[in-house]
Amino acid sequence: MTEDEVAEEIASGMTVGIGGWGSRRKPMSLVRAVLRRGADDLHLVSYGGPDVGLLCAAGRVRKVSYGFVSLDSIPLEPHFRIARQTGAVETLELDEGAFYLGLLAASHRLPFYPTRAGLGSDMLACNPGLRTVRSPYDDGEELVAVPAFDIDVSLVHMNRADARGNGQFLGPDLYFDDLFAMAAERTFMSCERIIPTESLLEEGPVHTLRIPRLHVDGVVEAPEGAHFTECPPDYGRDEAFQRAYAATARDLDAWDRFRAEWLELESHDTYRDRLARWRDS
Amino acid sequence: MTTEGAGTAEGAPAAAGLDEICVVALAEAFRGDGEILGHPMGPVPVIAGRLARASFEPDLMLTDTIAYAVTGTLPWGAAPDPAAVECYMPFRTVFDQVWSGRRHVVMGASQIDRHGNQNIAAIGDYRAPKAQLLGMRGAPGNVINHTTSYWVPNQARSFAVSVDVVSGPGYDRVAALPEPSRRFHEVRRVVTELGVYDFETPERVMRLRSVHPGVTVDQAAAAAPFELAMPDEVPVSRVPTEAELHLLRSVIDPGGARKADFRTRL
Repeated sequence: MTEDEVAEEIASGMTVGIGGWGSRRKPMSLVRAVLRRGADDLHLVSYGGPDVGLLCAAGRVRKVSYGFVSLDSIPLEPHFRIARQTGAVETLELDEGAFYLGLLAASHRLPFYPTRAGLGSDMLACNPGLRTVRSPYDDGEELVAVPAFDIDVSLVHMNRADARGNGQFLGPDLYFDDLFAMAAERTFMSCERIIPTESLLEEGPVHTLRIPRLHVDGVVEAPEGAHFTECPPDYGRDEAFQRAYAATARDLDAWDRFRAEWLELESHDTYRDRLARWRDS
Repeated sequence: MTTEGAGTAEGAPAAAGLDEICVVALAEAFRGDGEILGHPMGPVPVIAGRLARASFEPDLMLTDTIAYAVTGTLPWGAAPDPAAVECYMPFRTVFDQVWSGRRHVVMGASQIDRHGNQNIAAIGDYRAPKAQLLGMRGAPGNVINHTTSYWVPNQARSFAVSVDVVSGPGYDRVAALPEPSRRFHEVRRVVTELGVYDFETPERVMRLRSVHPGVTVDQAAAAAPFELAMPDEVPVSRVPTEAELHLLRSVIDPGGARKADFRTRL
């Protein structure tokens, strides 16, 4: 598939899960295609980074469900910050671990998973839709019931995949990408390289084959597809580019220029060409 | 371990700086923890955790701050040698450890009140905050599930009569929960640039445990907008040993990352 074919599957109003973690292994070429294609009124579900920031800045987001939104080396995602401070987006902000349970519940087709996370804090008050549940056993403990995320489409980026959708991560952490794939109605996976199934064990042990094709509906080969987020061992985060991106939150002109120069491009190939020139300059 | 080379020309190391006193005070928060996952966040707490393990808590597990639990004494900012890796610790496993309770986290606090309620989420009205901060992050789950300490490098700015959003619950919030939900909560220490605080009072309110060398009790009290509980005699925070100074300056943090939180003071 191509990025644009994936983006065509995402209609306005949908709930879109995005894999990765902060500014790490985000399916950025797919996110740009969604942005280019024009779907709006989206509900994003993400351990958020620039995926959330870009789509918020472009005005495409109605709601964000998140465990956090950060650029890691820049702790506060500046575009998301603006969206929050202007009240532009609805939110479901969960404890980071509780967010994992929302993905797990959806993956297991359960309505919720119980947890102690959130008891005593303002997590419940800040998210009035959250409910508690009482243990039916002798302890009778009242726990937070983290609701399953009802995700229409998930987007994830892997280091390698075969053409049928078996995904491989070669970096230090899968994050929760397998659960994003399981939790969603449909999942599209970009990867640095599509390789033959018989080559899947050439670069990593069997434990790196963590996303089965059962949960993947299409694969896009996207070298540098996570840029400017990190995608080890293929590449690290492009900190200079990330700083330039973050700086666009300071004024609208800068954002418009960034958007024209880096987001409204016809394809990921064009983006890569421009990136090569930017690095040379 | 040798202390050779750590000293001045006279053979004794230069006197401990405030940064080093704070690191030792945070390291002391881990004393007695034994075999649990120490999970400090940010340079000063991470350096403190590594110091604690290298000096008096040898059984602590610590991570490289990415996805590996590592043995030995990793310098700040360094990647671990593969031979130092003792366990795989990706985020999912960390959450499992949070819920298992065998963990002690050290977090920051943009605001913290006398009950130990912490805010790292937002300033002002939560729905459209005046300032969106880090967000709740893992604080709600950490604090209700296991021991928590806080590093607060600017006490006067962060100590608050009440916090705008409770991300990590303090003792009053947890006391209002039914018993089964209370049992794993412990806010052990709050370390600031002025002193060390705990909640070891009958009402579980913040108590001045010690003042750092050169800080008076009045100065510590003046930098709190609420009444601090006080022991009859407030001790002075201990200074690092020569061995600890050597570890800090030559092994764990030769680049001085610990000083960044003190830019306006050192």
